[in-house]
Amino acid sequence: MYTTELDKSPAGQPVTIEDPELLAKFEARVAADDFIEPKDWMPEAYRRTLVRQISQHAHSEIVGMLPEGNWLTRAPSLKRKAILLAKIQDEGGHGLYLYCAAETLGTSREEMIDALHSGKAKYSTIFNYPTLNWADIGAIGWLVDGAAIMNQVPLQRTSYGPYARAMVRICKEESFHQRQGYDLLLEMVNGTPEQKAMAQDALNRWWWPALMMFGPPDENSPNTAQSLRWRIKRETNDELRQKFVDATVPQADLLGLSVPDPDLKWNEERGHYDFGEIDWAEFYAVVKGQGPVAQERMSERRAAWDDGAWVRDAADAHAAKHAARAAA
Amino acid sequence: MSDWQLWEVFIRTKGGLDHRHAGSIHAADAEMALRHARDTYTRRMEGVSVWVVRSADIVASDPGEAGELFEPAESKIYRHPTFYQLPEAVNHM
Amino acid sequence: MDKPLFNALLQMGDDSLVLGQRLCEWSGKAPTIEVDLSLSNLALDLIGQATMLLDYAGQVEGEGRDADRLAFHRDAELFRNSLMVEQPNGDFARTVMRHFFFATYASALYEALSKSSDETLAAIAAKAVKELRYHSEYAAEWVVRLGDGTEESHSRMVKALDWHWRFIDDLFEDDADWAELAERGIVPLRATLRGNFGKRVAQVFGEATLEVPGEVWPLTGGRQGRHSEHLSLVLAEMQVLPRAHPAATW
Repeated sequence: MYTTELDKSPAGQPVTIEDPELLAKFEARVAADDFIEPKDWMPEAYRRTLVRQISQHAHSEIVGMLPEGNWLTRAPSLKRKAILLAKIQDEGGHGLYLYCAAETLGTSREEMIDALHSGKAKYSTIFNYPTLNWADIGAIGWLVDGAAIMNQVPLQRTSYGPYARAMVRICKEESFHQRQGYDLLLEMVNGTPEQKAMAQDALNRWWWPALMMFGPPDENSPNTAQSLRWRIKRETNDELRQKFVDATVPQADLLGLSVPDPDLKWNEERGHYDFGEIDWAEFYAVVKGQGPVAQERMSERRAAWDDGAWVRDAADAHAAKHAARAAA
Repeated sequence: MSDWQLWEVFIRTKGGLDHRHAGSIHAADAEMALRHARDTYTRRMEGVSVWVVRSADIVASDPGEAGELFEPAESKIYRHPTFYQLPEAVNHM
Repeated sequence: MDKPLFNALLQMGDDSLVLGQRLCEWSGKAPTIEVDLSLSNLALDLIGQATMLLDYAGQVEGEGRDADRLAFHRDAELFRNSLMVEQPNGDFARTVMRHFFFATYASALYEALSKSSDETLAAIAAKAVKELRYHSEYAAEWVVRLGDGTEESHSRMVKALDWHWRFIDDLFEDDADWAELAERGIVPLRATLRGNFGKRVAQVFGEATLEVPGEVWPLTGGRQGRHSEHLSLVLAEMQVLPRAHPAATW
């Protein structure tokens, strides 16, 4: 799972004046596709942007466990239950890798989690949509993980070493996520009429939110140029979105499902699909935390963290007592 | 509310190989760190052995001193076998 | 059909299935991400065991039912799991206490079963015993941490113990079918595992500064299909799709 960088708020950030010589050296290293490692010198804005982007990505993985978890206890076969549990578990693992990558930049996981729970940090808009039937689990794998893969593959070459290494591991593990989703839908479209109707309903609801996952259009994405230069981002939002549409439409055809976009058609001249306008008002509302189940998602995350406080404290207390006894 | 301390995880992927850094995890004690390392980094049979070490216990070289630390080795080319041109008959040595 | 063997496989398969289902409820809700991952691993092991045991039960029955058929199209009174595994998760203390009891019992059971005269069962047990030994150690470490940790965690563990102690006899009950199988050398009498179980509990509780409770009125009946109020709710959720769409495959 992935989130494109969402809360760009350069206004209000303190402007750090960087040493021009160090800055030039840094820019040259990044331009040469060299990796930046935790103890290397880096501009403050680079550090800040990375913490924001990596932690948003981590939050998305963790919050992303919830919509699928909603169907885990209702998975209709033991095989599907095991697959879904393994997939959700992978997402937790990916969140964990990413938090650890961000921690190397000097921000603790606790601070990042606090930022999420206080509403300061963002996560992918997609997880603020509800999962209403079992086919949604297929649609999430196929569309949401499909979109995520588009975003994540180029990030394996991102300039920050720990982030790039986390992405390599994540991409390798996620290769089954999209396939299991498509496999689930294949079974349903070849099943009973009710199953096929569920699959179409799921595509109808997830198509547009999936396209929104790539973030605002390039003309409204002011930091893209700098992020591309710093190799924090490797392709623009619109490029990736187009790639996703081109790859996904034939897959929908193969399922015998129709994409809910009357303007969708192949453009011979461009060699790409043309598609309709995304509802950007909805997108920005969801970014602001007004998605259909945003409140449910956040209250569930907060409850998990708060309910676990006594467990974390107890384990620390036991470790301290144990160490004291060993020392005595 | 507190989070547990950070540990670095090293995994031997199969017998005969070195342990390699895999990533990090949070845990309150060493036993828990091993369990978390196993559950986080060997879900796909990636390992046969795991080491964990408190991140705070790692001593790292300073990248600012990388020049002094590592560049002097560059000139010691006689440490490499290709430095020595031997007659064809014994060149596999 | 070998009815005693069928029933025994249901008892074991249903234990794994219902406990695995309960652990699924923790997904996304654990005290840290690492613990979330660990609980998922426990659940995955249990679901795998349930699949093998119930598939084998279906074979023994010989009426074409597989693990899914048995898991999703059977009513609560036909389930043979112990009362303990169907208990609500409660807080993390209660989940840990249940897992410690169950895995300590089950790892001893499968260790003995790995030498069963029934080869299929022996093979399943040989795989399961490794998983359950890990579960038992994992849970025991948590019992110690939480028992010894803080005042709050200790008192939560005392409550958790109070909740589950009533169901220990049920966990170890040897019904007539099981006793017959024991006679045939296919399973051990559960009663024979009780001594080591008691020793292990006492040892771990010692480290955890928890007291082994005295005698309580035992609640039993799970092995005969007399369950608590909780099981039919667990199943209502788990079985909803296959029951609503009986003609569908997934």
